[in-house]
Amino acid sequence: MLKYHFDWSVVTSGKYFEWLVSGFKVTLQLSALSIVLAFLLGLLIAVMRMSNNRPVRWFAHAYLEFFRNTPLLVQIFFWYFGSYKILPTVVNDWLNNSNFEFAAAVIALTIYTSAFIAEDIRSGVLAIPKEQMEAARSAGFSYIRSMQYIILPQAVRLTVPPLVNQFLNLAKNSSLAMTIGVMELTYQARQVESYTFKGFEAFTAATVVYVAISFFITALVNIYNEKVLNIHKAA
Amino acid sequence: MDQFFNTAVITDNFTYFMIGRFPHGPLGGLGLTLYLAATSCVLSFFGGLILGLLSITRFPAIRYPAIAFINLVRGMPLLMVIFWMYFLLPALFGKATESQTVIMALTLFTSAYMSRIVVAGIEGIPKGQTEAAISTGLKPWQAMLYIVLPQGLRNMIPSFVNQFVSLIKDTSLAFIVGVSELTHVGTQINNRTMAYPTEIFVFIAVVYFIICYAFTSLSRWLEQRLAWRKAI
Repeated sequence: MLKYHFDWSVVTSGKYFEWLVSGFKVTLQLSALSIVLAFLLGLLIAVMRMSNNRPVRWFAHAYLEFFRNTPLLVQIFFWYFGSYKILPTVVNDWLNNSNFEFAAAVIALTIYTSAFIAEDIRSGVLAIPKEQMEAARSAGFSYIRSMQYIILPQAVRLTVPPLVNQFLNLAKNSSLAMTIGVMELTYQARQVESYTFKGFEAFTAATVVYVAISFFITALVNIYNEKVLNIHKAA
Repeated sequence: MDQFFNTAVITDNFTYFMIGRFPHGPLGGLGLTLYLAATSCVLSFFGGLILGLLSITRFPAIRYPAIAFINLVRGMPLLMVIFWMYFLLPALFGKATESQTVIMALTLFTSAYMSRIVVAGIEGIPKGQTEAAISTGLKPWQAMLYIVLPQGLRNMIPSFVNQFVSLIKDTSLAFIVGVSELTHVGTQINNRTMAYPTEIFVFIAVVYFIICYAFTSLSRWLEQRLAWRKAI
């Protein structure tokens, strides 16, 4: 252990530093794109889950349970290796001509995360007193419009902290995209390790970046909780 | 049907999916997945208990390092923890097998999350219980061990089960260091047959789903039962 020769210059400058920076950029792109899509899909699933129409509600429920109870890695492999049989030829051709690894990772991360986001949104909605819905309906709003104008705007405000945590999870989960060859941060750290045998330095660099993202986002959530929701952490 | 969804690739390899080459070779497939999950679950229960207690102790010199460590691990992707173990363990303790590496990584990672459950469970017990225990002459650690923890642990059970479900899903990452659990076996069969990726990965997903859904339902049932017991 102590015979190890530290050489931090490997990861602080030069070619390998650039690899890590480009990996960090891909991690951010992958996470940002997936979280936006996952929020929209999660919102849709949450509304379907609370619908009065039974088949719609059951479909949303089945969707949630299935994607929450299977490993993300298996889902990534499914979209990367196995989705061509269920997707139309047009979509397949388009995917094969673009950056398919990236697209498969976005699809997998989006669908996996949307199931968790839908549940967060639903618990946000359940926290809004049901009289609000009753009042909105008696004021003449339809169910959809009541959701749109009265319930969801309030629920989303409460859902911000868990949503931000989902973003954090997603940023960490995006490391699994390396298994299908997306050149994100973990992939690049491993590349640096196999080219230089400086694993300790490479993994430290990547770890510092992930932990920094995590601390930054957690701090934002704490500020939001205190300033907007007026929840103070117990001493 | 046979064109669209070839079930032969599943039935022909079924035992390989379930137990790998066992008993003629090492355990693999679903059996190894469950072994990894169960072992890490037991170890991280104790790891989580210790980390949780350390992170709420009265001594700042212990509390702050414990909290920092928990936040560090929680800020890392599991894949990164596995890579750390992969080259730290041999450096620290000499040779470690891939399975041991993965069990250590899963244990460390899950312990950090378990510790938060432990803290929440302890904080859920009214403070009066500790005060009453101390006023009857128990020392603070005795009050924790005999009065607070037994009650707190019961409330933590549903969260522990949920964490176990995450653990089962997380064992799939053992794939990355070549441990032949269910996901790895699936990719092996996929590489060998080349023609049925949809069938193989749908089948694997369904196997994980059945197991995880059973535990998710168990945790939901326990939660309702505990709520009911508290109500009376």
